[in-house]
Amino acid sequence: MIVFPDWSNRPLDAALAECRDLVEDTTFPTVRRWREGGGKVAGHFQVYFPEEIVHAAGMLPFKVRGAPLEPTRADSHFGSYLCSILKTSLEAVLTGAVKMELFVSHPICDAARNLAAIWGRNFSHPCQILYLPQNPNSRHSVAYLRGEYDRMRRTVESVAERKIADDDLRRSIAVFNENRRLLRELYEIKRETPWLVSAEDAYSLVAAGGLIPREEHNELLRTLLPQIRARARKSEDRVRVVFEGGFCEQPPLDLVRVLGRMCYLVDDDFLIGLRYLTADVPAGKDPLRDLAESYVERSTYSPVQHDLRKPKEKMLLERVRGARAGAVIVAAAKMCEPGLDEQVAYSKALDLEGIPYFLVEFEENMTSFEGVELQVETFLENLLFA
Amino acid sequence: MSDSEIVGRANRDGAQLFRDWFTELTQTADGGGPSAYVFVMGSLNEVLKSFDLPVVFPEINSLQTAVRRVAHEYLQQAEDYGYSPDICGYVKADVAMQLRHGEHPMGKLPKPGLAVLTNACNTYIKWAEIWERMHGCPIFTFDIPGTRQGGGQTWPGDPDFENDRRYVEAQLRELIELCERVTGRKFDIDKFREVLGHANGMSAAWKQVLELNRSRPSVFNALTDGTIYLGVANGFRGTKAGADYFRDLVEEMEYKAANGIGTLTEEQWRLAFVGVPCYPIFRRFNELFTLAGGTFVSSTYLWFASGGTNRGFQYDLARPIESLAEGLLVSVRDAMDSMFHPERAVLDQIKEFALDGVVFHPVKSCRTTSTGQADSRRALAEKADVPSLFLESDMMDRRVVAEAPMKNRVDAFFEGLASRRRQAAIAR
Repeated sequence: MIVFPDWSNRPLDAALAECRDLVEDTTFPTVRRWREGGGKVAGHFQVYFPEEIVHAAGMLPFKVRGAPLEPTRADSHFGSYLCSILKTSLEAVLTGAVKMELFVSHPICDAARNLAAIWGRNFSHPCQILYLPQNPNSRHSVAYLRGEYDRMRRTVESVAERKIADDDLRRSIAVFNENRRLLRELYEIKRETPWLVSAEDAYSLVAAGGLIPREEHNELLRTLLPQIRARARKSEDRVRVVFEGGFCEQPPLDLVRVLGRMCYLVDDDFLIGLRYLTADVPAGKDPLRDLAESYVERSTYSPVQHDLRKPKEKMLLERVRGARAGAVIVAAAKMCEPGLDEQVAYSKALDLEGIPYFLVEFEENMTSFEGVELQVETFLENLLFA
Repeated sequence: MSDSEIVGRANRDGAQLFRDWFTELTQTADGGGPSAYVFVMGSLNEVLKSFDLPVVFPEINSLQTAVRRVAHEYLQQAEDYGYSPDICGYVKADVAMQLRHGEHPMGKLPKPGLAVLTNACNTYIKWAEIWERMHGCPIFTFDIPGTRQGGGQTWPGDPDFENDRRYVEAQLRELIELCERVTGRKFDIDKFREVLGHANGMSAAWKQVLELNRSRPSVFNALTDGTIYLGVANGFRGTKAGADYFRDLVEEMEYKAANGIGTLTEEQWRLAFVGVPCYPIFRRFNELFTLAGGTFVSSTYLWFASGGTNRGFQYDLARPIESLAEGLLVSVRDAMDSMFHPERAVLDQIKEFALDGVVFHPVKSCRTTSTGQADSRRALAEKADVPSLFLESDMMDRRVVAEAPMKNRVDAFFEGLASRRRQAAIAR
């Protein structure tokens, strides 16, 4: 079933505009169409989640990542001093904007780890925590995670009312491997020829993946990436910048657009959970173990993942060097404790390396960008004319 | 034994143990010896004490600065260093202590030779990363999977429980290896058993003490006295001093229960507390309630901040490592449940503890314990006819504590309770 036909057979710019509209649409039309076609939906909260397991059961994995909504109904379920994404994610379901048969979160932060309990008190469908290993340095972590993924498989089976065979998983892994390859290609375009794709279009192309079946996403990317590469656009004299801080709550697309107008965003961690495995998953004898081993050994860093082998400031420096960036925007969503904590470590490391950076806080619901625009512009001008 | 000898003994002895503890830490700091930094929700004292490692509880150090009304100095220093006003105040106070080379109102803190943390709170993980950067010390993240879905705990024999248990046990063995490397000592299984034996005594007593507060009048105030007991439960877990203290505590509480001796409050209202105390005005916060005849007979803080040892889990000394793994899993999971599903336990207590009301106290500094409180309160209101009060403040930052509006709300709460009681009397 096709749930996002809007871009098909359209010129590149029109197709990209459809992607932007989809990503900003708070009525989640693709999810609605999926359900109208009889499909079931598994919502998974940011950041990491093995979507392959849900996909293998024929369900739609839907990335729960908040929305630019007013949390009118959700507000009374939360106290103050919390990030926006918690509230707007709940709002979208309380208002019926999006419906699902299963909700899964994992303990990425102190606030989000409450979500399964909160949702569980308000909805009749299963609301669970997936306990990804927070000690990936334990020799037993892969074996443990294999067991935890098996538990998730059984949960999904009961919701989907069908068995998930290993061959189903292998087929899903192949679909997602292609998706990973295509997203790596998109990021290569961003890094190598950033003038060919605007920041907001690159963002929308990634974000669409959390809203539509991955086969459709693959088709979208397979069609549009060559067209993007073929664009006749010239490079401009802009600072190459890495944006760090978009791993969970997302900045509004308008903010991405504003930033992209002033510099080349050559790498970022926007929606990193849709591309968290940095290499293909081998489709071996035990696909659950393959997925588990891939998470432990080959998943990307973020402020909500602790791994002694991946000190986050070192990983950020690698990202900056890999993208040949001249500056970093170190962002954090308002009230996002991991993001705010990491800003300190990042800024100290960047200071030591002499890499310019700009610290900023954002909120998915923000509507005024003049202040940020002025500050970033001043920061970038200082670099260009230094 | 006379009233004066036994009543109040736990508070006196607890204060002395705390002074002794900080004296030991100061000596360790001055001597440059190793210490282990740990947290209250799953301290792993059972392992660390078997290596005779002095333990430092940064959460306790931080809250002490608030109780002693100097937290703002530490918070400001950490914010000047770069930390946001919107993150955990405990972390910031500790950052400032580290920047001050261990300077603390009660003594001097040694540097971490090792940090051990569980995932019961995500901020533990971020916090330990700070020490790793500052001191280059080894850190061990002890991952204890919690309940996957409200009410869906698994138990021994269930494949999912066993998967978790194997993971926890494997990590225990890895932690022991790390302790051997850090201390240069071989693991002594007999000493380990001895430590577990002390922990067993303490856990059984802790459970008993909490249950004894069903007495009318209640035998201790769960918010104030309970916090003293909790401090000992954490700092002295696995030690003879800790086990002795709790044996005496049971004796004192049983004595009080048998003789109808309550707290200093003329008990009119029996309350449950949900959350973390308001340490910047610790005594005053309590007085807002006690002056109106309210006393806290239970507190979720005493459950989760003791790492779930309130369950009284008893380790099997014949298979100590395996049993510790099981105990950690069951207890720390329970601590997490106390934070994420407080209404479940409070519901059970309404009758058992004859509760008149529930006070929810979310704090800015701690999202782990606070994020779900508003929703939990809604769920409680749907399931039980018990009034509740929702007070937001902080556990560290006096800038977020507004005493006057808080008092207005507490007064209104008690007026509501009184009105209910009158209405009930009329209905009878």
